[in-house]
Amino acid sequence: MFNALHRLSSPPTFFAFAGRVLPWLMGGALLLITLGVYQGLVVAPPDYQQGDSYRIMFVHVPSAWMSLFIYMVMAGAGVIALVWRIKLAEVIASASAPIGASFTFLTLVTGSLWGKPMWGAWWVWDARLTSELILLFLYLGYMGLESAIPDKRSAARATAILALVGSVNIPIIHFSVEWWNTLHQGATVTKLGAPSIHPSMLLPLLLMAVGFKLFYFASLLVRARCQMLEREQRSSWVSALVKEAI
Amino acid sequence: MLIANSIVARDLTLALRRRSRVLQPLIFTLICVSLFPLALGAEVNMLTRIAPGVFWVIALLSTQLTLENLFQSDYEDGCLEQWMLVPYPLPLLIATKVLAHWLISALPLIFMAPLIGVLLGMSAPVISALMITLLLGTPVLSLVGAIGAALTVTQRRGGVLLSLLVLPLYIPVLIFATTALEQAAAGLSYAPHLYLLGALAMLALTLAPLAAAAALRITLE
Repeated sequence: MFNALHRLSSPPTFFAFAGRVLPWLMGGALLLITLGVYQGLVVAPPDYQQGDSYRIMFVHVPSAWMSLFIYMVMAGAGVIALVWRIKLAEVIASASAPIGASFTFLTLVTGSLWGKPMWGAWWVWDARLTSELILLFLYLGYMGLESAIPDKRSAARATAILALVGSVNIPIIHFSVEWWNTLHQGATVTKLGAPSIHPSMLLPLLLMAVGFKLFYFASLLVRARCQMLEREQRSSWVSALVKEAI
Repeated sequence: MLIANSIVARDLTLALRRRSRVLQPLIFTLICVSLFPLALGAEVNMLTRIAPGVFWVIALLSTQLTLENLFQSDYEDGCLEQWMLVPYPLPLLIATKVLAHWLISALPLIFMAPLIGVLLGMSAPVISALMITLLLGTPVLSLVGAIGAALTVTQRRGGVLLSLLVLPLYIPVLIFATTALEQAAAGLSYAPHLYLLGALAMLALTLAPLAAAAALRITLE
């Protein structure tokens, strides 16, 4: 298991492996998201209080989950990059950042689109909205630091430290903001015991969540392959690839 | 311990020789505070209500301004490279450096707090609460800021990037401190928020020097 992982972390093996897995991930993501959109927009019944406008949740909630998940992936890859100095981990962390920032932005936009009819305002300084906004700032800081350091390898290690500091801080920020103010509805899926959401609405939500996750992995692999080529442009396997392509 | 003493003594001497560097953040704070009544109107009730928040936000910004210099001059004259070589743990050196920075930039701010409190119409209990929250909160700002300063030390114009990195991390301090002050203004006990601020300070004191040391090693290599 560890051996296989170790072999995978070498750039040429990863490049070939990612190329083989990519169509499956993309196809799976497309299939699940299409199914989820159909289930969510057509099959699921309207909410008894919020009518049809709750349906934005099928985009909003999975992208909010992704925004946190991707930060955790970045912090985890950062630890691996710091401790073992594995190039693949550096590439994964840096390729994840723009995707995570986009998901965070998507969460904020869909949240404010939903907030207008429900709360009567595009933006309220509610705890969850605010901590999501702060998460976006953390992503932007990460990307800013990365682009400021010209050497890719030391940029990767510096940003890894930033991601670690951020991941220690995220729970603190989250709880401090939570105590500060809250208006957002409570968690309905992850709370202990039976979820307080009807199965007909839960199904599309889960479909979308898994679809989004596959989409993340697919676009991560696209970006990581591209970065790998850029970083390894002087190595023999890349020039062999280029010769083959020409 | 000897080296810690000498680092602090050296930085304090340097600061005393260039007093304007110490005074400028204080003057910056004073000017910023006086901009608020001019922009929002001098109605006393409103000023008293917004004063704690205004003061804390400005304290964040002025700490932020001084952070850029935390490692800058030592980096330029090559001191930082020597730090990597001396037989003392780097986190310890950084912690003393941060202590010196705190003594130079934050302590004067704490002494200036009553003056600003009076300018913004705070009552006496709120002013004393303000000083306590500053005493507990500013070490966190300096310590967390040291991580950001270490990450950006090689940048020519790192100031804006530094604020992008560090300001989001300051938010818990801001929230706990200003809620404590709100409680104090309402005549309630604000001890819980002080405990939380103290916990943050302990966490920052134990972890931030390590993170800053790792960051310096990476940016200087």
